[in-house]
Amino acid sequence: MTTTTPPVAAGTQAVDKRSTRVSRVRKRLNTRIATVCAIVIAIVWTIPTFGLFVSSFRPEDQLKTTGWWTFFRDPQFTLQNYQDVLFGQSASSGRLASYFINSLVITVPSVLFPLAFAALAAYALAWINFRGRDWLYIGIFALQIVPLQMALVPLLSFFSRGVSLGGVTLLPAWNLDGAQNFAQVWFAHTCFALPFAVFLLHNFISQLPKDLMEAARVDGATHPRIFRTIVLPLVAPALAAFGIFQFLWVWNDLLVALIFAGGGEGTAPLTVRLAELAGTRGNEWQRLTAGAFVSIVVPLIVFLSLQRYFVRGLLAGSVKG
Amino acid sequence: MASARLRQAFAITGVLGLALSATACGTGSSSNDGGSSNAGSAECAPYENYQGHEGKKVTIYSSIREIEAERLAESWKQFEDCTGIDIDHTGNAEFEAQLPVRVDGGNAPDLAFIPQPGLLQRFAEQGQIKAASAETKAMAEANYPADWLKYSTVNGTFYAAPLGSNVKSFVWYSPAMFQEKGWSVPTTWDDLIKLSDTIADSGIKPWCAGIESGDATGWPATDWIEDLMLRTQTPEVYDQWTTHQIPFNDPRVAEAVDRAGTILKNEKYVNGGFGGVRSIATTAFQDGGLPITQGKCALHRQASFYANQWPEGTKVAEDGDVFAFYFPAIDPAKGKPVLGGGEFVTAFADRPEVQAVQTYLASGEHANSRAKIGDWVSANNKLDLANVANPIDKLSVELLQDDSTVFRFDGSDLMPAAVGAGTFWKGMVEWINGGNTANVLQGIESSWK
Amino acid sequence: MEFDFAEQAPKLIMLLWGLVAFAVVIGGLLVLLDAVPAFFARRREARFVAATANGAPPPGRPRSREGLFATFFLLPTVVLLLIGLVVPALRTTLLSFMDGGSQNFVGLDNYRWMFADDSIVRVLLNTLVWVTLVPLVATSIGLLYAVLVDRARLEVVAKSLIFMPMAISFVGASIIWRFVYAYRGQGEEQIGLLNQIMVSLGAEPRQWLLDSPLNTLLLIVIMVWIQAGFAMVVLSAAIKSIPADIVEAARLDGVNPWQMFWQVTLPSIRPALIVVVVTISIATLKVFDIVRTSTNGNYDTSVIANEMYNQAFRYGQNGQGSALAVFLFVLVIPIVIFQIRNLRQQRREG
Repeated sequence: MTTTTPPVAAGTQAVDKRSTRVSRVRKRLNTRIATVCAIVIAIVWTIPTFGLFVSSFRPEDQLKTTGWWTFFRDPQFTLQNYQDVLFGQSASSGRLASYFINSLVITVPSVLFPLAFAALAAYALAWINFRGRDWLYIGIFALQIVPLQMALVPLLSFFSRGVSLGGVTLLPAWNLDGAQNFAQVWFAHTCFALPFAVFLLHNFISQLPKDLMEAARVDGATHPRIFRTIVLPLVAPALAAFGIFQFLWVWNDLLVALIFAGGGEGTAPLTVRLAELAGTRGNEWQRLTAGAFVSIVVPLIVFLSLQRYFVRGLLAGSVKG
Repeated sequence: MASARLRQAFAITGVLGLALSATACGTGSSSNDGGSSNAGSAECAPYENYQGHEGKKVTIYSSIREIEAERLAESWKQFEDCTGIDIDHTGNAEFEAQLPVRVDGGNAPDLAFIPQPGLLQRFAEQGQIKAASAETKAMAEANYPADWLKYSTVNGTFYAAPLGSNVKSFVWYSPAMFQEKGWSVPTTWDDLIKLSDTIADSGIKPWCAGIESGDATGWPATDWIEDLMLRTQTPEVYDQWTTHQIPFNDPRVAEAVDRAGTILKNEKYVNGGFGGVRSIATTAFQDGGLPITQGKCALHRQASFYANQWPEGTKVAEDGDVFAFYFPAIDPAKGKPVLGGGEFVTAFADRPEVQAVQTYLASGEHANSRAKIGDWVSANNKLDLANVANPIDKLSVELLQDDSTVFRFDGSDLMPAAVGAGTFWKGMVEWINGGNTANVLQGIESSWK
Repeated sequence: MEFDFAEQAPKLIMLLWGLVAFAVVIGGLLVLLDAVPAFFARRREARFVAATANGAPPPGRPRSREGLFATFFLLPTVVLLLIGLVVPALRTTLLSFMDGGSQNFVGLDNYRWMFADDSIVRVLLNTLVWVTLVPLVATSIGLLYAVLVDRARLEVVAKSLIFMPMAISFVGASIIWRFVYAYRGQGEEQIGLLNQIMVSLGAEPRQWLLDSPLNTLLLIVIMVWIQAGFAMVVLSAAIKSIPADIVEAARLDGVNPWQMFWQVTLPSIRPALIVVVVTISIATLKVFDIVRTSTNGNYDTSVIANEMYNQAFRYGQNGQGSALAVFLFVLVIPIVIFQIRNLRQQRREG
């Protein structure tokens, strides 16, 4: 690709041509600068992760005493870290697949519930007229600041003791066992995700054109119908964006899982297992390099597969006119 | 409506789960059933006193994980088979922060292995843990030295027996390197300093250290101070210090800190393989001693468990690649001070099966069963040295069982967490990073309320 | 690796029940709200027909029905938030007036402690630096990148690269940055990338995390590295939602990319931009694990949330930890006010 085209044409025609050519040149230049900019950002952002990736194939003693770039001078390649992560040192710790399934079982409902609840709530807050809706919205928005950690004890108490007031049991304890513990985790993740979800979706839903909504109302469509047939398709990119983030947070969450799922192989997610891999005193942290890449696979797949909703959003947006 | 359906769902799931696990048993993957059938056999004889709790489950929570957790599970396997009690152990890195959350949330485990007597004391004062049963108490008193038991006794009530232990008063070195250079293992403080000077003159920085440990950064330096408190002062002063009967900025504490400074803050001595004094603050404790294997450093003061940190293939033995010697006393006339740590088996429930497990864990049977599997130290005096294979563990057990040993528990674990896991750690980081002793100690003292 | 499917079955069945519950709750809610009013609507229509036949004025649309819809749309969210966040927030506020073991009331002691401590000023200042820099830088980079790679070749790959830091688990991220900031003395082999660069430029290696205020900036870099991916994804979604005809019209008018950005893209994605800035600001106020795992607040790098976590969970000082949390609630007020103004403006425009 070259930016300089030899000037061929002369005369009056050339003036016109030159102005378009100048703009074309500028455009190309712009694209070129843009490309360079994008590449620089991409490289800067990727190098640290790349270092970890290279490290995950290096033997323990190398990893702990020399920089990862040494690998290119003196390539010492091993799959030991992956071996440890995937198969463990002994048979009993080897069932990584079990933790993988736990992560999936935890994550899928923990994404769907807040997504649906928040979409409904955001729609109501944006398009249904009722008293105090702005204050309710601001209230939900402000709840984002409540640190997760502060909510752990009361929520755990809600599950394990139930709710009672003055000796009267209003809600019994959940008394879950085994795989049922997943329900607690879903509940907790859903609670913690809602403020952000409502905030994000409200911003997208409330931007939908008013005429569209009013036209639908005049046609006699009820709120549930408008929500399903008009709103949901139009805010698909926002739903996909929230879906991606919620998936990530839940997939990478350690704290909530530790408290509400317990640490056993039966219910604990991948993160719990990965944290364990480092050993009682963190002496085997080299395994975490491989662990990070084992656990990143699923979020990346989710990200890539939800990409198409971003494109569909483009088409949906044009409905507006 | 939804909740009813959900409950129904749980019921169905439960039934299906049962059915499926039954088929799983058929294929022979489960080994925890049929506890009663074994009870009469000869190998179950030692567990006679723990019978009568078949099918009961006891949950244990600790900070022990991965391979060590597996070994632990293996150590009580026979107990489970013989008594029919199912022990469900969960180990977690965030143990100290998570345990109070679980307790406050009404979801406490039956037993917890608590490594900080300070935390145990806090639970005891809030009435959240159960006193040990008479059997547990008798077992603990028969098997452990009184030095240990006082740490789990709060206001006259005995709560928990110790389990595993570690010895912190060790200096790691390379026997091969020592032999090659003609250095010998020092047995007195003066010899240690002389050796350090000799090594420094040979062009190697003799000491290496690392106190970075994520959110626990600073703890290895507190061990240094504690070891020197025990060496410059009497054990009684040490006790007064850890219980705040003397202020943290007492001149005797300052003396110990300054003595540690003669090594840790001596540019001539540290930080072999890493840089200057300040590099101690940013060097991960896991990496702290590794330069020894590369010949860039000769001495590293760290606990017995540092044996796990050496890269794979490093031989840990008196004639191997690395080994440890006892961190010498300054005044041998005062006895042999040994700093150490360990965990206490604390009960949050007093069901009979929980007490049975608690008693069993204090017994010699368990100590030996666990020791046979390898890499383990305990102060349990029923522990047979022949069951301890690993040389460094053997050395640790010998030290713990030695009559001339004056044992003291890691001081930062005895202090309230706000000091012992807070300002003391942070103060040491500041001290390494150039802070002067008086200011640092004054800061820690003012935080201790 | 042995894998026993029978062991996994209860979990998968549980997942199935979770999905069934989801379908029942959401589907049920929508169907219920759709079918029941439709029934009433038919009746009303019948009445309407009857009424007009009688020559009476048609009955007005009952306002209360809107309220009913709103109630059902909002019910799950409000109930869950009450249990999961409102009660804990109130409890935290209550605890902030009690002692470390949450047993006795101590009045304002915890707040007095907070402001008497010299280091808290430093913590506040740090939090302020974090909350100014992180949203600004992360959003700018995310936006720039989203615009640059929009419709580019390999867009998905390019976006994945920036997205990756978000997807990597936190344990992974902490090791990544250890490999960047690690220090070894001069003459030793460096294992940190930054010091390796310094050394190859002929400079002395530095202890990056020890020297204030540079260390705070370096920790902020980690946060920006993570959050830029968030900004990029949301803003990219917003850019894709700009109606094609607007873009096409602008293009036909012959605007250059620069003008296109300022006159078309930016105004169109303003709401998404606000979402991103506000969200990153709040996330930054709450940030603690970056600080906790890198320095644990040593060397003047601490922030409020880190202090809060330490006090409440490590030191057993619930009262002081809660007071710090309440202080966080207070810090969010400016953002809330901004959001209220935003909402008002939006209503006026709408």
